[in-house]
Parts: sequence; C-alpha cells; structure tokens
Amino acid sequence: MPLTDALRDDILASVPSLRAFAISLSGNSDRADDLVQETLLRALANIDSFQPGSNLPAWLFTILRNLFRSDYRKRRREVEDAEGNYAKTLKTQPSQSAHLEFEEFRAALDKLPQDQREALILVGASGFSYEDAAAICGCAVGTIKSRVNRARSKLSALLYVDGAEDFGPDDTVRAVIGGNG
Amino acid sequence: MKDVKSQANKTPASGKQGGLNAEIQSRIGHQLRAMYDDVVRQGVPDRFAELIRKLDVPAADQTNNNDGRD
Repeated sequence: MPLTDALRDDILASVPSLRAFAISLSGNSDRADDLVQETLLRALANIDSFQPGSNLPAWLFTILRNLFRSDYRKRRREVEDAEGNYAKTLKTQPSQSAHLEFEEFRAALDKLPQDQREALILVGASGFSYEDAAAICGCAVGTIKSRVNRARSKLSALLYVDGAEDFGPDDTVRAVIGGNG
Repeated sequence: MKDVKSQANKTPASGKQGGLNAEIQSRIGHQLRAMYDDVVRQGVPDRFAELIRKLDVPAADQTNNNDGRD
C-alpha cells in the first residue's frame, strides 16, 4: 500500500518497541539504533509489499529480526563485547543493587541461544501472541512455545537456582530455600 | 536444582511446578519487561522521527495535503 500519513504515524508509533526489541536482542544501544534505522529504511522502501490491515508491528519486527540475524553472523564478536553497554542507555540510572541485578539479568539473557532469546523477548516482553511470534521467526507455533519454555528454565537456572541465597527478601521464597523454622 | 524444587513443592502455593518455580518465573517476566519497557519509555528519538518524515515516497494520488503533524 502507499505510504499514507496514517501509515507513517503507525510506523513511527512502532519505533519505541522496535528499539526495545533491538536492544534486547543485541545488548548494544548503538547497534540497536542502526538496526532500527535500517529496518525503517527497508520498510519504507518495501512499503508496497505491506498488506493493508495486516499486523504492522509484526511486519516491522520481522524485518528487524531478519536484519539482526544476517548481521549477527558477521559481527558476533562485537555483540559479545557489548556486555555492560546497555546500562548506559538507561534514562534513569538504577540504584547500585538494582543495577547489579540488572547486569546479571542482561548477562544471563545473553547466554541464551539466539533462537530462545528472541522467542522469549517477543512473547514475554513485546507481548506478541505465540502465533505472531512464530510468524516473525518463520517457525511453527509449537517451536516458539518450546523455545520460550527452554529460555525461561535456562534463565531461572542461571539466575536463581545456582545462587539461591542471593534470591532476595521474599518471605515465602526465603522460607522455602532456607528452611529455617 | 532438584533439591530446591522438591522443597518448593511443600509450600501451599505450589502450582504445577512448585511455588518457587512460579515465583522465579514471575520475577524473570518482571525483569524482562522492566528492561524492555525502559527503552519503550524513551519514545521516538529525533533521528527516527526525521527519517520517517523525510522519506516521503511520492504518493501522487494522495489527495490530502495536510502536512500538519500535531
């Protein structure tokens, strides 16, 4: 369809979540913004192939995801160096303990296989249905479900089971872990 | 891991995989969304707003010339 004002507004409205997706995937805010820019250029250049009435965010996410994957192979090392870079993009600097917790989470997320990480982000953070996430990743719905499940259990093993004592001030959990009664 | 799970199953809150597991999963979900939403809240950086505005592929058949973006 032609690029109408309404469509342009819709694309613009998708930019914040495209950036969040790109940063979550890459862990690097500069790379993420380059990805978003390339995604937008590609979307605008191929706007004729967008079906009116279909899911615009899903279409844009598909473009970004494919760009990231083709780019990722070339730049693997750079992506791995990005640990810690993300925190600089935060508007509000978290307190030190929250910051540490965040860094741990980010590091654990980066340890997931890429298939699992993208599935988890799409379903767990972007709020796509399993069906939409499957379409974005070009795989079956069941595949997405199992990737999300594996991502969740791997994160929980990385973050909480190994260091159960660090879990935090939750009475139920503390009672369960410590068993001190 | 097994140890923690088997203990978790003793709690009244235990769901299908145990209360601890459910608690952990909800924390993971929360952290994931917090990370994501922090970026979403930053809105649209100027460079992208500019980009989208400028890249107006000529849509000659578009009759309304209303350029007013509020």
